Amino acid sequence: MSAFGWVIAGALAILTVATIVGAELERRAKTPEGRATIANLNARTRSWWVMALIFGGALALGPTTTILLFAGLSFMALREFWTLAPSRPGDHRALFLSFFVALPIHYGLLLDGWYGLFAVFIPVYAFLILPAISTLAGDVKDFLSRTARVQWGLMLTVYMLSHAPALLMLDTGSDTAMLVLYLVVVAQISDVAQYVFGKLFGRTRFSPNVSPSKTVEGLVGGWAFAVLVGVALAPLTPFSLLQAAGMSLAIVVAGFFGGFVLSAVKRDLGAKDWGYVIQGHGGVLDRVDSIIFAAPIFFHLTRYWFTP
Amino acid sequence: MIAGAVRQILVILVRVLVGARGEWVGSAPEPRTRIYFANHTSHFDTLAVLSALPRGLRRRTRPVAARDYWGGSALKRFVAEDALRAVLIDRDGSGGGDPLEPVEAALARGDSVLIFPEGTRGAGETVAPFRSGLHRLAERFPDAELIPVHLENLARVMPKGSFLIVPVTCTARFGAPLRQTPGETRAEFLERARSAVAELDPRREGTAT
Repeated sequence: MSAFGWVIAGALAILTVATIVGAELERRAKTPEGRATIANLNARTRSWWVMALIFGGALALGPTTTILLFAGLSFMALREFWTLAPSRPGDHRALFLSFFVALPIHYGLLLDGWYGLFAVFIPVYAFLILPAISTLAGDVKDFLSRTARVQWGLMLTVYMLSHAPALLMLDTGSDTAMLVLYLVVVAQISDVAQYVFGKLFGRTRFSPNVSPSKTVEGLVGGWAFAVLVGVALAPLTPFSLLQAAGMSLAIVVAGFFGGFVLSAVKRDLGAKDWGYVIQGHGGVLDRVDSIIFAAPIFFHLTRYWFTP
Repeated sequence: MIAGAVRQILVILVRVLVGARGEWVGSAPEPRTRIYFANHTSHFDTLAVLSALPRGLRRRTRPVAARDYWGGSALKRFVAEDALRAVLIDRDGSGGGDPLEPVEAALARGDSVLIFPEGTRGAGETVAPFRSGLHRLAERFPDAELIPVHLENLARVMPKGSFLIVPVTCTARFGAPLRQTPGETRAEFLERARSAVAELDPRREGTAT
């Protein structure tokens, strides 16, 4: 069986075990609080099945479907961002252009494989054109913070996230779809392991203000576990075992700060979840927050050291 | 049947485009005669409330719309009257008759209605004073439940004067039924109804849900 086949089989095995354990825990839960936690856990597991099938299916179908899947995720994440972030009527055109012009062009450049323009289109051209268009509305109230929101919204949900499928452009001499799989599996395993270790051994809160559910024990356990998985998955990649350990450490640390920073933004906006489309998890942005930070870093580390 | 299919397609389009999720905070979706009244901020408002209702209720909930706009062409009339089962009324009384009569007929048949008592679209920041029609309907149909509905974010989808759509997620929040208060004047009632809608706005409490 190919390495890809092993990962898929492994994911199916983990989900099957999680489903069985969840059903057993549901039977045993006695307190209302415990039942609520288990109900949420099982909702998460059900959503994982759906997410694993969609992601695995898109990846198996090829680069075009993978890029289109991430374009769709960016669209939903940007929508969740603007549902919570305030805007004024003067931002309307800039928002419209973010959704329907900047996002499609950026992912179009990815489909086209034009790396040079892909790298600068949003941070240079969109960032100059959008505020220029906003000024035409003639509304100067909060102009600086409004512009900052427009730009960072685009940066996080579109530009950063798109670096996951951008791995497909790299010429590493190996199957680059496996790099996308590697990134997503390590980052998500890290999230799940942090949650599990946190629930089992969590005592010391890491930062109650920003993210009340994160604990030091969860972090250490989750990171260690995810790095082990990253080392085990090294055959998918052009990395040696030691390099895989370094790469997965970069992914989990960046991914952790992704969740942490987006949690701070969310709390600043007065919300607990970004949305409601993924049962048990919240919104798309709640699920991809770690990828948003990990993807560009993993992309550049790989591009610098593993491409000619 | 075609009208039903068109309605279903419109609902799906609105769901994809703006989410249009229903949140029941003070009442539950029940099949009884109700007068839903909501703040009015965009062209999507009617569809957003209908999309937020469960399917069974949607069929028996008739939005009230202006004939001067929706009666304008055969297509508009088909969408309004057949697909959405709207009750078209003459806002300015130009038809000569009583503009609320068709709404009362719908309520008398046991249907629910959806009205926008502000009369015209606002900017979404505040809820404008209500017109008196709601008071009259409440007096004539004391058994119909008065359900305040707050539409959030719809003004940002398509603000007045723009035809560009920004697909932020919208929520229709259904509040607790307005209680009858004996001896209340019309102005007092309308203000109480208005603030019932305004109080459903989560931004007022400073915490979004």
